[in-house]
Amino acid sequence: MSYEFLQTLWFILIAILWIGFYFLEGFDFGVGMLLPFLGKKDEERRAIINTIGTFWDGNEVWLLTAGGATFAAFPHWYATMFSGFYLPLFLLLVGLILRGVSFEYRSKSPDPKWRNRFDWMIAIGSFLAALLLGTAFANLAKGVPIDANMNYVSPNGLVTTISLLNPYGLIGGLATVAVFLLHGANFLTLKLDGELRERAHALSKKLYWIALVAVILLTIGTYVYTDVLTKIGVNPGIIPILSVVALVSSIYFINQRREGRAFAAVSAYIVLTQVSFFMLMFPRVMISSLKPAWNLTIYNASSSQYTLTAMTIIALIFVPIVLAYQAWTYYMFRKRITVEKKDLVY
Amino acid sequence: MNPTLLSQWQFALTSIYHWLFVPLTLGMGWFVAYMQTRYYQTRDETWRKMAKFWGKLLLINFAMGVVTGIVMEFQFGMNWSGYSRYVGDIFGAPLAIEALLAFFMESTFLGVWIFGEGRIPEKVHLASIWLVAIGSNLSAIWILIANGWMQHPVGYVLNEATGRAELVDFFALIGNSKAWTFIWHTLAVGLVTAAFLIISVSAYHLLRKQNVDFFRRSLRIGAWVGLIASIIVFLGGHTMGQLMYEQQPMKLAALEAIWETEQPASFSLLTIGDLSGRREVWSIRIPYLMSFLACNNFDCEVKGVNELQAQYEAQYGPGNYIPLMVVTYWTFRIMMVFGFIMMGVSAWILLAMRREGYENRPGFKWLPWAVAMPYLAGMSGWILTEMGRQPWVVYGLLKVEDAISPNLTVADLWISLIGYTLVYGSLAVIMFRLMKKYALAGPEAAMHESVDVALSPVGADD
Repeated sequence: MSYEFLQTLWFILIAILWIGFYFLEGFDFGVGMLLPFLGKKDEERRAIINTIGTFWDGNEVWLLTAGGATFAAFPHWYATMFSGFYLPLFLLLVGLILRGVSFEYRSKSPDPKWRNRFDWMIAIGSFLAALLLGTAFANLAKGVPIDANMNYVSPNGLVTTISLLNPYGLIGGLATVAVFLLHGANFLTLKLDGELRERAHALSKKLYWIALVAVILLTIGTYVYTDVLTKIGVNPGIIPILSVVALVSSIYFINQRREGRAFAAVSAYIVLTQVSFFMLMFPRVMISSLKPAWNLTIYNASSSQYTLTAMTIIALIFVPIVLAYQAWTYYMFRKRITVEKKDLVY
Repeated sequence: MNPTLLSQWQFALTSIYHWLFVPLTLGMGWFVAYMQTRYYQTRDETWRKMAKFWGKLLLINFAMGVVTGIVMEFQFGMNWSGYSRYVGDIFGAPLAIEALLAFFMESTFLGVWIFGEGRIPEKVHLASIWLVAIGSNLSAIWILIANGWMQHPVGYVLNEATGRAELVDFFALIGNSKAWTFIWHTLAVGLVTAAFLIISVSAYHLLRKQNVDFFRRSLRIGAWVGLIASIIVFLGGHTMGQLMYEQQPMKLAALEAIWETEQPASFSLLTIGDLSGRREVWSIRIPYLMSFLACNNFDCEVKGVNELQAQYEAQYGPGNYIPLMVVTYWTFRIMMVFGFIMMGVSAWILLAMRREGYENRPGFKWLPWAVAMPYLAGMSGWILTEMGRQPWVVYGLLKVEDAISPNLTVADLWISLIGYTLVYGSLAVIMFRLMKKYALAGPEAAMHESVDVALSPVGADD
């Protein structure tokens, strides 16, 4: 396998990991954010958590694997991105910590205050994570100040954080939050039953419009703030167009109560948007806003051919196995969840 | 404080904190899997209750291990971008493999295990807890391969063109002798930690004559595993000493406070140095013992710190190559002393259990406190192994000051350091209280799920 082929392959593999993460953790971030609003009574909240209880931890591993794979295949990308986004990533970690611990600890005491506090930590942690990821990805597409030595240039982390909250970064963050909320609501209509299912359905109708507005802003912003026009042109190609079509079509399925299709449509939007993002980036992995020559690309940021070859062999063996057993768990736990006391697992 | 020191503090705190949860996860998984298997075979309700009760403690602990582990993976890039660039070609691989091979497995099947009871076939439910145990231990293996490489780099070349270390032999990386002594030492530490939690909690209940059959059975398993595993830990440690003799002589000299080269080398029971830390003032020593620990015979030469310092200066240029000896010296002793005490305590329990009414024996009332020992010993061991590597990040290859992220400022680091401390501190309080509450509530509460346990809310606002 040639070096360039391997570098491209690993770019694609890492893109797949991020896409998988957005698709999977997208709905459990959404469910997390909706938790305190959709669930009025304790059993209802428990039922909502149980829709993702089996899966959220496995979903989160997609992020860890994306991080690990980036480290192994593109050490410079990993080093520049993680050190550059230092404080936002710190906040992301805090969000993930609060969320992860709360899933396990919220039911350990019957005290309503205790439970309510953890429920809000799940919601806030999920919100923080979604917002920060969206903001970071938008800034990756827009470009960040990277110098000749591949280091992020900024007087300090606070300045970096504020500069990441530029209009496009904010739009990216809000669009991610909005789409994940919709994705989460759709997932809940699939997994819940009874009154909660109705409530989730009603909510997803409203959330659709918020998501649509956010995505339109994101699309406009992408033309204004990124180099999509020079790199790809006014016509962005079939994939981004399909992604928007998928999102727009979801309202039809939501109204028709075709819950599976509505979920699939928003999933398709998320997947295709991520694909579009990585197509816009390729072969760059970090765009320098200071000088194009200082971009990190799959060629100057990658590991050696030997390491990429070894990792490719390992990935070829184990990725199918992981995909098979994760899919199997979704199949095993496909039943709808109700608020019947006897059915709830704590 | 300078940025390097702050990043070091942060890494030390976050990794020690992570290590508070990891060994119990590593060891307890095996116990729960074993108990559930026994239930599957015998249909004896007590086994089922045991799997449930100890499983509950495992779960409370597990969550913390997972979330603090994410921080570790991200920190290499966040705080140590110089390191990540220089060794990512090698070090990234085991981390990525860990996520793919182990982390997916443990987290996916943990979910299956928690939510699967009564919903999926019993065999599958049983298999899932075994997969959790295997997955978490596999995860430790890959991390220790990564860490072993930092202690004893192998299978790489320095590439002048790219200015970094690059992997040339994957099998040397995963077959690293250093890593494998770490691995069996550490996996056994996991078992010892879980065994001592079981011993302490069981003793607490037996002293109160609660659930006697349940806790006697638990105590017996705990003591057996505690004894066997602590012997393995010792043997692993002994092998480690000999590898250190060849691979990291400075660390060996520093943990023993050997200033001048000795042949044969004596073992220090107590050494007091002067304030410069470079000279010995007074010590009590056992002759020959250090030679035995270092090379398994009684007369080899063990190099002293002063000679090694001179040698390293000649080899790597001027600088201080001596680790903080007061730390390496004392952590080694804490680790070793508790290790031996745990071995003794396990054996004592097994002997005592041969007679009826052993719960009334003097000494038994101290057992509930024994659980502190594996934690103190384990933490000391890690502090020793990582501080003993200073000033190197990768032994002989990359120094700490060249490993940091150059873009981080003191302010950034203070924000994250204080942030982690606050979040971790409050979570530690919550987690400790939960553990204690569930451990002391006994098996009935664990059977009835979480709802029945009354727990006073944490936090001052209510």
